[in-house]
Amino acid sequence: MSAKRGTVTSPAWRVVHFGAISAFVLFAAFPFFWMVISAFKQTLDLMNPNNNPFVFNLPPTMVQVKMLFEGTEYTKWLWNTAWVGILVVIITLLLAVPLGYGLARLSGKTGERLGIMIFLTYLVPPTILFIPLSRVISYLGLTDSLWSLVVVYPSFTVPFCAWLLMGFFKVIPPDIEEAAMIDGLSRFGAFVRVVLPVSIAGLLTTIIFSFTLVTQEFVYALTFISSSSKFTVSVGVPTFLVRGDVYFWGSMMAACFIASFPIAVLYNFFVDRFIAGFTVGAVK
Amino acid sequence: MATVTVRQLEKRFGDVHAVDGIDLSIQEGEFLVLLGPSGCGKTTLLRMIAGLERQTRGDILIGGQVVNDLPPRARKIAMVFQSYALYPHMSVYDNIAFPLKAQGVEKRSIPERVERAAAMFGIERFLKRKPRELSGGERQRVALARAVVREPSLFLLDEPLSNLDAKLRTLARDELKQFQRRIGTTTIYVTHDQIEAMGLGDRIVVMSGGKVRQVGSPQEVYDEPEDTFVAGFLGSPPMNLLRGDNCTVGFRPERFLPLLAHESQEGLVPLWFRIDRVEDLGSARLLYGSLHDTFPNEKVIVSVPFTVHMDFTPGEVYEFAVKEKEIKFFDKETGRRTEPRPFWVRR
Amino acid sequence: MKPAASPPTDPARRAGSGGALADNEKWLGRVMMAPAILYIAALVGLPLLLALYYSVSNVTVGSAGWPSYVGLSNFRHAFGNPTFIRAVWNTIFFAVVSMAIVMVLGTILALSLLKDFRGKWFVRLLILLPWVAPISLGTIGWLWMFDSVYSVINWTAQYFGIFGKRTWPVWLGQPTLAMASVITVQVWRLLPLATVILLGGLSSIPKDIQEAALVDGASVLRRYVQITEPLMRPIALVALLFGLIFSFTDMIVIYVLTRGGPFDTTQVLATLAFFTGIDGGDLGGGAAIALFLLPVLAACVILILRFARKTEVT
Ligand SMILES: Nc1ncnc2c1ncn2[C@@H]1O[C@H](COP(=O)(O)OP(=O)(O)OP(=O)(O)O)[C@@H](O)[C@H]1O
Ligand SMILES: [Mg+2]
Repeated sequence: MSAKRGTVTSPAWRVVHFGAISAFVLFAAFPFFWMVISAFKQTLDLMNPNNNPFVFNLPPTMVQVKMLFEGTEYTKWLWNTAWVGILVVIITLLLAVPLGYGLARLSGKTGERLGIMIFLTYLVPPTILFIPLSRVISYLGLTDSLWSLVVVYPSFTVPFCAWLLMGFFKVIPPDIEEAAMIDGLSRFGAFVRVVLPVSIAGLLTTIIFSFTLVTQEFVYALTFISSSSKFTVSVGVPTFLVRGDVYFWGSMMAACFIASFPIAVLYNFFVDRFIAGFTVGAVK
Repeated sequence: MATVTVRQLEKRFGDVHAVDGIDLSIQEGEFLVLLGPSGCGKTTLLRMIAGLERQTRGDILIGGQVVNDLPPRARKIAMVFQSYALYPHMSVYDNIAFPLKAQGVEKRSIPERVERAAAMFGIERFLKRKPRELSGGERQRVALARAVVREPSLFLLDEPLSNLDAKLRTLARDELKQFQRRIGTTTIYVTHDQIEAMGLGDRIVVMSGGKVRQVGSPQEVYDEPEDTFVAGFLGSPPMNLLRGDNCTVGFRPERFLPLLAHESQEGLVPLWFRIDRVEDLGSARLLYGSLHDTFPNEKVIVSVPFTVHMDFTPGEVYEFAVKEKEIKFFDKETGRRTEPRPFWVRR
Repeated sequence: MKPAASPPTDPARRAGSGGALADNEKWLGRVMMAPAILYIAALVGLPLLLALYYSVSNVTVGSAGWPSYVGLSNFRHAFGNPTFIRAVWNTIFFAVVSMAIVMVLGTILALSLLKDFRGKWFVRLLILLPWVAPISLGTIGWLWMFDSVYSVINWTAQYFGIFGKRTWPVWLGQPTLAMASVITVQVWRLLPLATVILLGGLSSIPKDIQEAALVDGASVLRRYVQITEPLMRPIALVALLFGLIFSFTDMIVIYVLTRGGPFDTTQVLATLAFFTGIDGGDLGGGAAIALFLLPVLAACVILILRFARKTEVT
């Protein structure tokens, strides 16, 4: 089981190992594979229970994808998601970067405790907050507006990203900030002109995370938005392509795959940092 | 160029007295070395002078002006860190140009000044490289070039050579000394390496426990230690310190030689030395043993140069001697130097 | 910052940007952290307090002005409602069973991923997909796979003779099966996170400890029980607690798959709070229901913090 690099493994173990890995891969990836297959099938092919669903019984077609882009507001939802995502990323950077730096460098022991508290706010789930927030949103006059999402989403992107950035800033040697101060910058100047350029990787991670967290969000969008033209992808597809009795399965599968695959691949590059943030958050 | 004066300087971290009331004054153009064991507060003192750490009490004056409340950038200093603290995202050129840009020096003069500083340390070839593409020695030169480029009035160096290997360190030490002579900038240099301190310093400040133990030229602190701490800290092996009934007696291992190996017999104090073990280091032999009839219970180390051709057999007793004026006396309680109190029987 | 003892006439003073604030560590820190902390206080702290207040008030979607205090009537109402009681049990069942399965599968998967093999990065990418893709969209893939008429799962099972010709389970339409289905999907989406956390823990176990045991002749099982598992326990707990928090409070999977049906057999607190508070317009009632998540959440957080401290010591 815990066969390690270099140790000799028996062929039996190898078969078990291969079998286990294959089963897990199948379990994890099959729904996505299924989306792709279904997206290119003709409706008649999909809607015949006697057909072997794994093969194209009728020739593949682009009709479903076309219909998704031309017959629904899918492109609008993609655009909405991107728009909210970009604004939230900007707000997150503006708030989380100074917070992360303050926690890492400017607040000593208090900062450590404060950092943990801020990380914990990330764990307060939308399910507890969406009801009071819906009132706050209506009080602000933002009901059924994408701005409501722009305002609310940083409440979960900022704590997490500040936590991640704190980790990044902590590992930058303080020496180079001090050198910069001696070389003629103020404390703040050293942060802007030396620390930020050195933390490009951390900033990039923050950007990717805020953006993907936005694309994943569901509850707030479902609560605050009611008109179909203002949905984000993650809510628009399940609500507006399912509602009623007519299911446009082909188009829906295309919609899911097109929106999720690029995000998944992008996220994948940074997921280790995300996990590190999690476990550090818990273990440190 | 500037004088530096430190008055009653104190720094506390919680209950740790990192620096515990220090008075110092450094002359213009002087090369001052802060020497002491790890954790004695050298770095803290240096950082307070730089303005990176705020003192708990006391004053710092640079060039006669109180700088207590000035941020580092306003103190006209340059500092070289142990880690060199080069900006990893900038090329060597940009690293050296950084202090000039940060201070808003006229743009047109920057390239010329950077090149002059680079030439001073022979790093013109590396100007386009990033710090991570340089060796330790090259990085150290870049750090020095960055420090001199804006012609500071005070240089602060915190163990700048400790990351170099032994051979390079000797070389760099020599270069550093010559360079400081040439530009004549007041320099404060922190190290816990006494060879470095002896070789570099015009004066050495020996510190321990946040306090200054002695200030003086390398010869002074070596030959005339003011207390047992300084005596035991300098030299390798350090001074033999033998606790007597009314005082502590000290002499250097290399000054205690076989009676016959002394050039002149004038003013010698002969003592019986019983040898327990011999260690041959090539350039010298170390003899471990004790003074047979005066301090039978105290260990004594003797360093005999290779020029002395004598056989020493462990277990045997030999007649050794030390010049009377080479023997130092310290108060038993305070460890401070006292007047001679002969303990031997004059023959 | 106090004014300088002897006022500097030094031009260098002006050289850097900003004045005293830009140099004062304490105040600079406060000023830099304040906006974010205020933001979090306003959008997490305040709503949390509002949630507490709403749960004892008669607030509805339409009501204007400051809602009035109605005591514990929302809670009494909730407890009088069989759906609510059902939702409490469903929530616990859903979360606990999902996480139990996730931990077992996650451990096996992490152990099999520990070894290097060709194409590992690709396997990793595929295994991470459920976590990194937007959850609601991935769940729709399952909705289609669980379809009452065109389920690929049923078709395949019949093809291989696992189901008889006449059995055609309606996954999301039969009470027990519906719960099994939502748990399956929850496991599917949480497995990657748990696996990666566990894998991190596994790879941080010093190799020489394992090797020492190997040299001592310990069997595979003994090595796992006596060495790997104890060393892994703290990190496994972290994975477990995070997973529990997600499972207790999340509504996406159930909302998309069953909307709590059939006959409320998959209704959990999160979905019930949504249907009561937002769809039903009874904000107070919804808030009261959602608040039942809070004690569970608090317990998890306290446990996380306790374990955090413990692991710090070792
Ligand atoms: N930021 C700090 N917080 C708490 N204590 C500190 C801090 N900086 C230094 N100290 C303590 O102050 C004392 C002096 O430290 P300092 O770094 O000045 O020693 P040093 O002489 O430079 O030693 P070394 O040769 O090891 O560099 C030490 O006991 C150290 O633990
Ligand atoms: Mg030091």
